[in-house]
Amino acid sequence: MRYLRYLIPLGAFLVLTGFLFRGLWMDPHQVPSPLIDKPAPQFRLTQVADPAKSLSRDQMLGQVWLLNVWASWCVSCREEHPVLVEFAKSGIVPIYGLDYKDTRDEALKWLDRLGNPYQASLFDADGRVGIDYGVYGVPETYVIDKSGTIRYKQIGPITPEILNEKIVPLVKKLNA
Amino acid sequence: MIPELGNFALMVALAVALVQGMLPIVGAARGNEAWMGLARPAARAVFVLVLLAAGCLVASFVRDDFSVLYVATNSTRALPLRYKVAAFWGGHEGSMLLWLLILSFWMFAVSVFSRHLPQSMVARILGVMGLIAVGFLLFILLTSNPFDRLIPAAEDGRDLNPLLQDPGMVAHPPMLYMGYVGFSVAFAFAIAALLGGNLDATWARWSRPWTTVAWSFLTLGICLGSAWAYWTLGWGGWWFWDPVENASFMPWLAGTALMHSLAVTEKRGGFKVWTVLLAIFAFSLSLLGTFLVRSGVLTSVHAFANDPRRGVFILLFLSLVIGGSLALYAWRAPKVGLGERFELISRETMLLTNNVLFLAAAGAVLLGTLYPLFLDSLGLDKLSVGPPYFNFVFPLLMAPALFLMGIGPLARWKQANLPEIAVRLKWAFGVSLVTALLLPLALGHWSWLAAAGLWLALWIYAATAVNLWSRLRPLAGTGLLARFRSLPLGYLGMLTAHVGVATFIVGVTLVKTYEAEKDVQMDIGDTVTVGPYTLQFGGVSNGSRENYLFSKGAFQVTRNGQIVETMYAEKRQFVSQAEPSTVAAIDLVRDLYISLGEAAGSNTSAWIVRVYYKPFVHWVWGGCLVMALGGVLALSDRRYRLTRRAGQEALDGTLAGTVPA
Repeated sequence: MRYLRYLIPLGAFLVLTGFLFRGLWMDPHQVPSPLIDKPAPQFRLTQVADPAKSLSRDQMLGQVWLLNVWASWCVSCREEHPVLVEFAKSGIVPIYGLDYKDTRDEALKWLDRLGNPYQASLFDADGRVGIDYGVYGVPETYVIDKSGTIRYKQIGPITPEILNEKIVPLVKKLNA
Repeated sequence: MIPELGNFALMVALAVALVQGMLPIVGAARGNEAWMGLARPAARAVFVLVLLAAGCLVASFVRDDFSVLYVATNSTRALPLRYKVAAFWGGHEGSMLLWLLILSFWMFAVSVFSRHLPQSMVARILGVMGLIAVGFLLFILLTSNPFDRLIPAAEDGRDLNPLLQDPGMVAHPPMLYMGYVGFSVAFAFAIAALLGGNLDATWARWSRPWTTVAWSFLTLGICLGSAWAYWTLGWGGWWFWDPVENASFMPWLAGTALMHSLAVTEKRGGFKVWTVLLAIFAFSLSLLGTFLVRSGVLTSVHAFANDPRRGVFILLFLSLVIGGSLALYAWRAPKVGLGERFELISRETMLLTNNVLFLAAAGAVLLGTLYPLFLDSLGLDKLSVGPPYFNFVFPLLMAPALFLMGIGPLARWKQANLPEIAVRLKWAFGVSLVTALLLPLALGHWSWLAAAGLWLALWIYAATAVNLWSRLRPLAGTGLLARFRSLPLGYLGMLTAHVGVATFIVGVTLVKTYEAEKDVQMDIGDTVTVGPYTLQFGGVSNGSRENYLFSKGAFQVTRNGQIVETMYAEKRQFVSQAEPSTVAAIDLVRDLYISLGEAAGSNTSAWIVRVYYKPFVHWVWGGCLVMALGGVLALSDRRYRLTRRAGQEALDGTLAGTVPA
């Protein structure tokens, strides 16, 4: 029996290895959203480009659309932006932006310089709508269906792989 | 041609390392002199080959060979030469090659500084290190080859991450890896001793200097990394409990415990089993750190390539090395006898407590780092463990160790007398306590934490002074200096390292308690006050250097109405990058830190500015440097020079019996 205690370190290490192995197949970025398959929260916000025009959730009903949360101060958004600009050209699905905790000036300059993939961007200066949507880190992207239900949430930058493997197939299914 | 040459050198190195990892170990078991004799030349050959490969990679960088994928992703034509060389370790593949290079450097060092060791021991040590080298060579050649070609070649490279274009980054990874990988020597010694069954005081004596040198490098490496984060990340923080930082800190904690445990094994023959286990732990934590950083199982601000294939490979390797050595430990350790007995109150007990506390601290850091992974694997929850956990648990575990640091060095081996120690330290205790209670008042804000931190630091200072004086006083000699010179350097090294720890604590305590931060929008002429200083914004000027454009903000610093200096904070826009980077204005002596944010708008000269007052922050790194200096002093001790010169025949005599014939 007294030999057993010399096996403790090995045993502890084997347990640790098990966890590390599982860890390899998990994506630390993936956070489940409680909003999946729930109605998208209501909003009525002015547009970034024109403070006189506003948009609400109910105006979007009847189409499948993407809501992309971005901000001019967000580093990863800049990384993601060219992917969105390219994707918008394909016209597969309309993309609306939610400009999160930003200033109108900075946001417009940003779109000017890097291109504008959005049908329109909603201006969420105080982040109120972002909170309703459970924004966890910018950028985030939601796929919302014709009935206004959230079907998918992407945390972190969209990559061409995510578009091709997840978002485009989902949009096609929802539109079918 | 050059990249192919590098690739070829790595393949040959793999073949040689395979020989080095097998024949000498088998030879040592069978008593085959010729096979054992292969260890040294093989180790040196691997070193030369890996050095050649590393030279090829540096040459590819310097020649702007963008047909090499790794060069194209980590360099540009415009990159200054010093950073082209440092870009070597700017990415995953090069970092792994650096790891291997340093491992083979340590093998080379062992092959040179081991003339006094019995041949079977050298064969086993170098054999074990050869096997580790095989693992890393395979990893590099199969999953992370820095010499992979990019066809067609890129016009220009993607540039080195601007965060890494910093003098700190040139030195930080090599230092860190020297420490990390340096523990492989102590590990190889431990495995060799387990294999050979000669776990004794001589083994501890040989292991000690290697452990100390690795520990000193690791201390310097962590210190540089922390200073680098302070300088370039622009948040005014010096430690973030980030998984990558933790990965380097855990081996440091285990290595510190190992150093102290080795002292007991050498001096008293005790703690053998414990010392072996710590040697295995220190290197295992280094490997685990490499796994955590390289596999992407954890998210971190350091965010490296995330490739499960690499992760699987390192995990497999990790299991073989750590699992194998722990299995060997479970098999051999029960047969190792106990050392000399000691009483409950003795230096042994105090060092044992130190070891347990340090290991517990390493365990707490490991738990905090992996906790999110554990929960996620069990499907329980997604969360991240932040600094609050570490800032609570870590000081709690370290406080008793720091208190013991005052007493331990005064306690006798085997049996110490507590009342006697109490009498010797009563003044140190009283003076440090009173000063610690009063000092925060003098600094303008009293808090329990500040008093507690200061007390521990002052207690170590005072107890160390008492200790030194008790050694100096009875010595014969004319002047104090002459008496001081006659003290052994190993002893002075220990005291120096302890003083470094105390200095570090002063820095941490005062920064935590008295730091001030202001986030302001400043127009030309505006002023802001932090701590005792007032800063006036003098506007921003633009210009360009080597490979970037910069905006430079000038700040005039006044104290009590007197102008002290002008500080400049920069925002750099690298030509090849979308994101600007920040170079804060830092005054080390006055502990001021200014970071330039964004221009407040396009038609104003105002800027967003963040100003920090960080009293005593330079003591944090100063303390680390003093700790490392302590290690260097201990290494310079006379006995290491003596054993090298005169040791041969004496050691041969005592160890002849343990060498299998």
